[in-house]
Amino acid sequence: MDITRRRLLILLPAAAVAWKYVQAGTPEAAPNYKMTEHWWAMLMDIPKCIGCGSCVRACAEENDVPEGYYRTWIERYHVDDWKIERPEVESPNGGKQGFPPNEIGGKNFFVPKLCNHCAESPCTQVCPVGATFVTPDGVVLVDKSYCLGCRYCVQACPYGCRFINPKTNTAEKCTLCYHRITKGLTTACCEVCPTGARQLADLKNPKDPIHEFLRTHTVQVLKPHMATGAKVFYNGMDGSVR
Amino acid sequence: MAIAVVAFVVLRAAVVPRSFGQYGHYRGDAIAEIAARPVAFAGHDTCEACHTDVVEQKKQGKHVVVPCEACHGAQAKHADDPASVKPAKLDTAVVCARCHEANSAKPKDFPQVATADHSGGLACDTCHQPHRPKIETAAETKRAKEGKK
Repeated sequence: MDITRRRLLILLPAAAVAWKYVQAGTPEAAPNYKMTEHWWAMLMDIPKCIGCGSCVRACAEENDVPEGYYRTWIERYHVDDWKIERPEVESPNGGKQGFPPNEIGGKNFFVPKLCNHCAESPCTQVCPVGATFVTPDGVVLVDKSYCLGCRYCVQACPYGCRFINPKTNTAEKCTLCYHRITKGLTTACCEVCPTGARQLADLKNPKDPIHEFLRTHTVQVLKPHMATGAKVFYNGMDGSVR
Repeated sequence: MAIAVVAFVVLRAAVVPRSFGQYGHYRGDAIAEIAARPVAFAGHDTCEACHTDVVEQKKQGKHVVVPCEACHGAQAKHADDPASVKPAKLDTAVVCARCHEANSAKPKDFPQVATADHSGGLACDTCHQPHRPKIETAAETKRAKEGKK
């Protein structure tokens, strides 16, 4: 086959792409954990949340989260009978030390929040350098050594789950305790939840109780109209929750 | 033109990390690096492997569902070296109130007290045994010791 200039220009990019995969080696190098066998999610059972702040404290300790920043936090909602569109929401210190008593009327409840680990995450789509990504097992992570700290992802997240770590000047967020779930443990927040309001779930595991729960309960995700493919499911969520 | 393309390919191979593109448009090695972090919370299964007596106590009360590190904090270092790293003694007046202090946003069926009225600042373990918090009659305590519910 004669190599013409046209053929060379067609072949070289194809060869470059192929070379990239040759260099990258074989995926799934970890022996005991197969990423393709999992698709992680979380279940929040709002009627069980007591706003104790254990999850927030555990997250900070497990992941060395700087003071004043939160990878997970708890919000307390107060909804007056006639003000469902305008709930009062507070989260003092992220709910880390719990909440002061508020013996008031209306509807009051806690809503724990964290990264929704969206399947179609807006934050990963805007990253200009490929520093944030969705892993094959459905967890949105940040590569600190690649992040420029440009803050595009912080603005893109519709749930306000990202921040810039003041120590590293890189984007930071919930990793769904990736270092724990890949070792067969649950997340730190789920581990310490005293009422089981938070449950880690593996949607690819047919034996996971999440499937039964999703079949038998009415669950929602936050901001479903944004079509982010959020994977944090809320049971018993009031219509006023944003 | 061909030289420019070759130069681009060579330069790209030199500056782009080897694992970039392994799973997608990102550095594949980042996943393993994040997964390699050490854990701080050992997990209740680890605690229960040694503290079987506490497990038995918890089974007799409502705190059976409360994981150990919810109250005792991160104990992976203790689990790694139980002889030299000892968990701190807890102040029950603070720890119990985190969950049980009355708040209108808590579920109505969750046990709540206004601690100032309920105990007047006394530590909760003055009356309650944290692993089996219900205050029992003498007969109940005797049954519990015999291993019955």
